[in-house]
Parts: sequence; structure tokens; C-alpha cells
Amino acid sequence: MSALARTSIADGADGFVTAKLAGHWFALPISAVDEVFLLTRITDVPRSPPGIIGVLNLRGRIVTALDTRQILGFPPAKSQPTMAIGIERAGELFGLAVDEMGDVLTSVPSEREPAPMNLDRRWRDIVIGVQRSDNNLVLIVAVDRLFDGVISLVGT
Amino acid sequence: MDGMDDLLSEFITDTQETLEQLDIRLVELENEADGTALLNELFRMMHTIKGTCGFLGLPRMAGLAHAAESLMDRLRNGDPVTHDAIDAMLQVADRLKMILGHIETNAGKEPEGSDDTVIAALNEAGGEGGEGSAAPAAADGEAQVEPAEAAAEAAPAEPAKPAPAPAGKTSAPPPGMSMKPANDSPKPATKAEEKTESSEGTGDRSIRVSVETLEHLMTVVSELVLTRNELTEIMRNNENSNHKLALQRLSTVTGELQQAVMSTRMQPIGNAWRKLPRIVRDVSSSLGKQIELEMSGANTELDRQVLESIKDPLVHMVRNAADHGLEMPDDRVRAGKSEKGKISLNAYHEGGQILVEIADDGRGLDVERIKTKAIERGIATQEDADRMTNEQIFSFIFEPGFSTAATVTSVSGRGVGMDVVQSNVERIGGSIDVQSQQGEGSIFTLKIPLTLAILRALIVGVDNEDFAIPQTSVDELLKVEPGGAHSIQLIKEAPVLRSRDRLLPVVDLRTLLQLPSSVDENGVPRVADESTEGFVMVMRARGMRFGMLVDRVLRTEEIVVKPMPAALRGLENFSGSTILGDGRVIMIVDPNGVRTAASSPSEATMQQVAKQAEDVEVAANKELLLMFRANTPNRKALPISLITRLEDINLADADHSDGQWHIQYNSELIPLVWFGDPPAPGANQRKPLLVMSDAGRSMGLLVDEIVDIVEDSVQVQIPSEQPGILGSAIIGGGAAEVIDVSYFLGLASAHWFDPQHKPLMPGADKILLVDDSIFFRNLVAPVVRSAGYDPVVCASGAEALDKLEGGMMPAVIVTDVDMPEMDGFAFAKAVKRIDRLRSVPLLALTGMITDDAIGRARDAGFDDYISKLDRNGLLQSLRDFTNMSEEIAA
Repeated sequence: MSALARTSIADGADGFVTAKLAGHWFALPISAVDEVFLLTRITDVPRSPPGIIGVLNLRGRIVTALDTRQILGFPPAKSQPTMAIGIERAGELFGLAVDEMGDVLTSVPSEREPAPMNLDRRWRDIVIGVQRSDNNLVLIVAVDRLFDGVISLVGT
Repeated sequence: MDGMDDLLSEFITDTQETLEQLDIRLVELENEADGTALLNELFRMMHTIKGTCGFLGLPRMAGLAHAAESLMDRLRNGDPVTHDAIDAMLQVADRLKMILGHIETNAGKEPEGSDDTVIAALNEAGGEGGEGSAAPAAADGEAQVEPAEAAAEAAPAEPAKPAPAPAGKTSAPPPGMSMKPANDSPKPATKAEEKTESSEGTGDRSIRVSVETLEHLMTVVSELVLTRNELTEIMRNNENSNHKLALQRLSTVTGELQQAVMSTRMQPIGNAWRKLPRIVRDVSSSLGKQIELEMSGANTELDRQVLESIKDPLVHMVRNAADHGLEMPDDRVRAGKSEKGKISLNAYHEGGQILVEIADDGRGLDVERIKTKAIERGIATQEDADRMTNEQIFSFIFEPGFSTAATVTSVSGRGVGMDVVQSNVERIGGSIDVQSQQGEGSIFTLKIPLTLAILRALIVGVDNEDFAIPQTSVDELLKVEPGGAHSIQLIKEAPVLRSRDRLLPVVDLRTLLQLPSSVDENGVPRVADESTEGFVMVMRARGMRFGMLVDRVLRTEEIVVKPMPAALRGLENFSGSTILGDGRVIMIVDPNGVRTAASSPSEATMQQVAKQAEDVEVAANKELLLMFRANTPNRKALPISLITRLEDINLADADHSDGQWHIQYNSELIPLVWFGDPPAPGANQRKPLLVMSDAGRSMGLLVDEIVDIVEDSVQVQIPSEQPGILGSAIIGGGAAEVIDVSYFLGLASAHWFDPQHKPLMPGADKILLVDDSIFFRNLVAPVVRSAGYDPVVCASGAEALDKLEGGMMPAVIVTDVDMPEMDGFAFAKAVKRIDRLRSVPLLALTGMITDDAIGRARDAGFDDYISKLDRNGLLQSLRDFTNMSEEIAA
């Protein structure tokens, strides 16, 4: 029962959205993702807590753009992030900045493996499984855990 | 069960409204000579509640309503409306509210308990009317009511006392059955009728819409507005006129839609006032005060969300006014007021805001007590408190846990409240001002926005960032530039701005927000200074005025306020965000936050700036001084205000007669005086002459050399024994001797034959001069003497009081305001306490003339307020007041 419940958390029956961050491919269940959008016209918010890039207008909604690298403890990217994955949380829209967007994966449960023990510590906390796709390892991320990281950094 | 739930929740909402009305009507009834219409209405209210409760199976409420209905019926049939009857009815209202609350939270179940005492009180109240014992009267009432009104509901109207439980059972069908009648819904219809009859302002046809629906509609419309703005921005650079026409239409329709949706959220402020008559009545009867509550502007509309947020603050403030503000009837009579205290509420629109005034004609705020309390609680030091204006002192009542009520009454005085009131009001972007006059009452003014959703804002820029600032909090906008009308000055590295003779601490938005340009390339903070160009917005928050410096002011714009994203809510500098026409998001600056942040890391910093600003103001008490040399190489100083003209004369033109030198000046001979030895008579030598004139007389002071004119304040540090010299002071960065003008005036007039000169008559008006500064004493005294008065000079308030208590009777008392130990205000109060002196005019003499100071002076009993350097003003005032006292004497 618990295994089933756990699978269903991470499992989008519809598949996963993949993106690259700090050299790793990771995936979020499509059901958790609102949309993917360009990070443009970001307004910097003076004295904002770390982990926040700024705010932007997405069709009349205010989106808080999150510096995913900083939240997970990776060094800043060489160039400004341009893409973000939009996730709604408590009625607000957040944009997780990523380095690059990948394809949408359809989940094949049999190919899923647990997260390897030697995975980077920063990923280990939020990854609930690993999946092979082409020649890449895709880390399946639990959105809730990712947001735990946001909250601990931002302090809301 | 859904049908039942709907029915029940509708009943709860309706009944809550009815009960609120009930309170108001009852209080009205008490003050109404002919209450027939009101009694009919009250009867109907009770009747409706009774009917519905019977229907829903709520026997306790039905029983109460029934007994109340009976009482109303007896009253409308001629029984007198007694205080007890109203009390009993109010008890019913409370009990019904209590039961209703329980029903709401407990799925439609009435609480256990008995209402016998309340019902008995109702029956007795009616019985006192002289109709004999209570029970028969009640029975009569029922007998009349039931057949006439509602035969179907007769069941609950069984014997009043034990009635409720059985009545409920017999009359109300089991819940399951009640669904049917619900579908037939005979009752909502009656209810609707009742409602329209009893509510005044609302239209005939209305429907209930849930708040969520309206909120959602509002959000969607806001987004539409933003999209429209965005489109307009895009089209601005597009020549296609077909699109333009369509866009224009879209724009108009959007605007109308926005207005319409906004209007659905508007409610008259009277809705928030409903509870007040009842509260005032409760306070007045529990404290034994007589209070009249006056309300005007109840139809002023504002956003329901705003209305919700000010409901509790209003109740609190009215309760405060009733409890603390108004005195007991005896005290009022003693103070020469009518026995009945008055609280008035007034609401009106002004400049896109709603102003709500809560005024009472009670004792007013006690400045001294608030001061003492603030010092006790360590909020301010004695020194700080002494230099604060009344307005600043009043603002202490908004400190948490601050209560000056001497006794804790059942009503208030527990020290919770005004801070909560303030934070509630500020949360919605409003503010509170207090005005108070001891003995005459207080006025609290709430300024609140019409709506929280849309705001008129100034869009300003710093570096490349834009920000929105609520326009309502900006008092004034000043351009600052070097050499311009206004420029930033630095006081110990804190930027300040002088505006209308007041110094304002300036908060540089760049520094506050730590924008990249707030530090230079070496990481050293940049501080705004004289060379800064930009705009300063003069703002007011929590009783403090300050300026906020920005680079650019772009335009004003109606912005749709979006709440701050959760992750950013900790930022106290911002209250929200908004989307501009070009699609950019910008932050809305929160003036209260800026004030708080500006005073961090500690309030002390801001206080210090304010204090420094005041110090400068004292120093601003500067005057122009003429620096010259005469006889000795030391620089000498004389206030230019005393000098009529600077002349260059040839000593050969001077005449000598009767041991006095004269010189021709403006076709008259004026006496000459000098320092040290007399100049060589007849020497062909040119010398500067300082001509001083007063009351038609002039004299000339010969000096050797004019050195300079400087602006500085004069504080004589080392008194001098030398005649003609008051002492030494540091002026313009160097030591200088300050001239004793009175000495030279005396010197000149002693030998001076002048028909105009009035020798001091024995009966000359005595003018009491009080000033701690030897310089000013010596400056003012000669002026006063030369005008024909007899000045009596004192160096302190205490010395002057000694003289006054010793029997001295001056024609006018002139006192300095800023003195150590006893200041001018305290002195004035002490003088006014002496009966004999009550009619003696009191003039305040000071370097600072501000509205605050004038207000304080008036409070202290001063008749006039004159600048220290305004010699003519002083003389004019002396003339006015001495004439006046002569007239009175005559």
C-alpha cells in the first residue's frame, strides 16, 4: 500500500518533464508542472532572500522565479537561466529556473531504479528514483521535497 | 441533507442581520418619543424569528422570540416603554446571538440550557406597565397575537415559561420532514419581504452572491485590465487604425466592467457601525454616563474587505471614547459642559480616500500623563519627551500595552487595543491621526483607502529599477539639486532636507534597498549630500514625517495591487506588487515599512537624526551678525536686526555740544557714541557708523572697521565686566565680543535732548521680561524701555514667579519659551494659576515659530507668539496688549 502510494506521488501517469541542471538531467511528474516558460523581464526584488531570482509577469499572474541551483547548493550557472518550470504551490506560481529543457518522458516503471547511493548529496535528498533514458540517467525529483528546500532557504 | 443545510445557513445569515438590526432599533426605541413604527418593526422581527425557528425545530430560540414578540405587542398596544423592557429585550438579543452561534458551529443543534430568567424578565418588564401581575399580561398578549398573526405557528405559543422544549417538539416537524416545506419555500419569500421593508438603502431586487464568487470575478477583471494595458502598450507603436478602434472599445468596456465589479464589493460604512449604538448604550448604563451617539455619512461606501478590517478598530475606538474620553456627568457639569457626552462618527470621501472621524467632547488626551507613562515604560527619555510635539506624544498611545486609564473598568483600560487598531488600519494601507485638546475632547481620524484592489500610485525610479508608491502617503514632492530651491544637507552623515523651515530626515531609497549603486566601486556606502540630484517625496507614517529620495518620478498610475509573493512577505519595505502597462512587475513601497526600516538597526538612529535635525533647527535660530572692530583689535558682534543703516561719516562733520557729540543724519542730529576714548574732535577721518533707530529716535555707534557679516547663533560664554560688552562668544568660528546695545542706548539717551523722548513715567507700564539668555535679556530690555515701558528683567521662570508672588503687577508678561528647568510653557501655566494675573497678557518669545509650537503656546495660555528677532512685532504686540488692558481698565 505504501509502495503504491509512493509511486503514485512521483508517477505522472502522463509522464515526466525533464530538464537539465548543473550537469544532471532530472524529471518532474507532468501532473505537478503547470507549464514551462521563458524567464524574461524579471524584476529584481531588492533585499530578497537567497534563492529568489525575482518576480515576473506570466499572463497577469505574478511568478516568483527561484534560483534552483542556489537552492540545491550548486554554483551559479555561467549564463543567466532562460527557462523555468512553473509549479503552483498554495495558490501561487513559482518558476524553477533550469539550464536546459529536455523531452517529455513517458514513464516505464520497469526501468525505474532507486537512487544510487553515491549520488551527489544535494540531489540525494530530493530524488526518489532514477530512470534511464537514451544514454542519460534521469533523476526523478519529488516536488514536495524540492519545495522543502525552498522553504528552508527562503524561510516562509 | 443539503437542502436543510442551505436553509439553515440562510437562516443563520438572516437572523444575524436581524439581530444586529434589533440592537439598533432597541436603542433607538429608548430615545424615541413615539415608538409605534419601531415597535411594529421589532414585533415583526421577533415574529419572523419565531416562525422560522418553529419551522426549523429550534425550540429555545422560538420560545425566546415568542416571549419577546409578546412584550413588543404589549408595548405597541400602549404599555410604557421602560428601561427594564429595553434591557430585557437586549438580553433576548444576546441570548439569541449566543444560541445562533452554537447552532452555526454545531450543525444546527441548539445548546442545552434554560432561558427562563430571560423570559421572566420579559414578562415582568411588560407587567410593570401597571397592568397588574406579569403572567396574565403575558397570557393576554399571546391571546391577542396568535390568532391574528399566524395560526399555523400557534404551537410554540403555549404557556410562556415552560414553553420552549415541548413547543419545539410539537410545532417543528422532524428534520427529515422539514425538507419538503423547504422546497416549497414559503418562508424565504416572507423573509425577503421583511428584509426589504426593514433595510433602507438597498434596492428592491437583490440576490445573494457568495463572497468567493465576487473575489474571483475581481481577480479575473484585474487580469483583464492588465491585459488591456499590455495591449495598449503594444498598440502605441502600431499604426493600424482598425485595431486601434477595437482596442479603444475594449478599453472602455474593460473600464466599465472594472467599475461594475468594484461596485459589487462596495458596502456602506453604516454596516460597520451597526453594533455601535448598542455598545455605547451598554457602556453608558454600566458606567452611569449619559452618551449621545451621532453618526453621519453612514452611506459612504467602501470595499467590503476594507470594511471588514476597520470594523473592530471602530468598535474599539468608540468604546474608548465612551469609557476614557467622556467624563462622568458630574465632572462634565463642573467643567461647564452639558451632562450628556457626545460621540460623533463622521465618514466622507476625500481625495480618493475615506476619512472616518471619531470625535468625543470629553476630557481630551492628557499630554503630561502620556509623557510620564512613556518615560515610565522606557519608550522615551525625559529629554526626548520634553522636546516632542503634542502630536508625537499622542502617538505613544499606539504603543503596545500602553494605557493611561487610571483604573481598569469593565469596558476598557487593559492596555490592549490602540496598537492593534493601528496595525489593523495600517495593514490595509490606512493611517490614524489624533487631535486632542485637553478639556475639549479628541478626534481620531482614520484615513483608509476606498479599496485594496486598486491604488493610485506614483511610479518612481532609482537606478534602473522602478517602484510604485501609494500616492495617499505622499504629502509633497520636492526636486532637489545643488543650488536649487531645495538641496540635501548632511548632519553627521545623515542626509536631511530643509522644507518650510523644518528639517526632515531623508531616507535614500537606494541605500534602503541596498541597490548596487548604493556603494561605490570600493564598496564604500554612498551617502546623498548637497550635490545629489533627484526627488524627495515628503511622506508621513506613524506620526513621523520624513523624506524619501529617488532619482526619477515618472508618472502616476492606477495600479492593480497584487499581494506579495509568499516567499517575499518578510520584506517590510514592500506591501505588494503590481504589473505595469508594459507587462513589467514592480514592487509597491510600503511607507510604514520604510519608516521602520529607516529607523533600524535601532529606532535610536532615526531619533538621532530627528534630534540632530532639531538641533539644527535650534541652530537655525541663527541670526545675521555684523562683525566689526572698534577701539580694540577684538572682533565685535551686533545683530543686524538692531541696525537701521550703515553709514560712512567724516568725523569733521560731527558737532560737539553739552558734552555730547552729534552728527547730521537724514536732516536731523543724532547722538554719537563710541567705544573707549572719544575720537579726536574735528579730525578729518572717515569712520563707519552704525545707525540704530527706535521709536523715532536714532543714535549712531562709531566703529573702526566693518569686518564681515556672518550667520550664526549667539551664545555668550564668558560674561564681561567691561561696559558695553555682554561677553565673549564663538561666532563664525572665532571669538568675538557681543555688544550690549542697552548700554549704548542708555549712553545716548542720558545726554540726549529730544522732545520726542518720553522720560520714563512713574506710571509707565511694567513689562515683565523672562529670558535665561543674558544676551536676549539685554537686547529686548532696551527695546522695551525705549518704547516707553518699564521693563523688569528676570533670568528664570522661578525668579519671575517670585516677583509676581511678591505682588508685582505687570501690564504684559513676555517670556522666552526655551529655558532650562522651568520652560516658558510651564511658567505660563504657573502664571495663569495666579488669579490676580489671569487677565495679564502673556507673550511667548522664541526663535522657532512652527505650527506645533504655536499650538502648544496657545494651549499653555499664551496670547501671542513672537519671534525673538522680530522687534517690531514685539513692540506692536506690546502696544496692542497695553492698549487693550487700558481699554479694559477704562
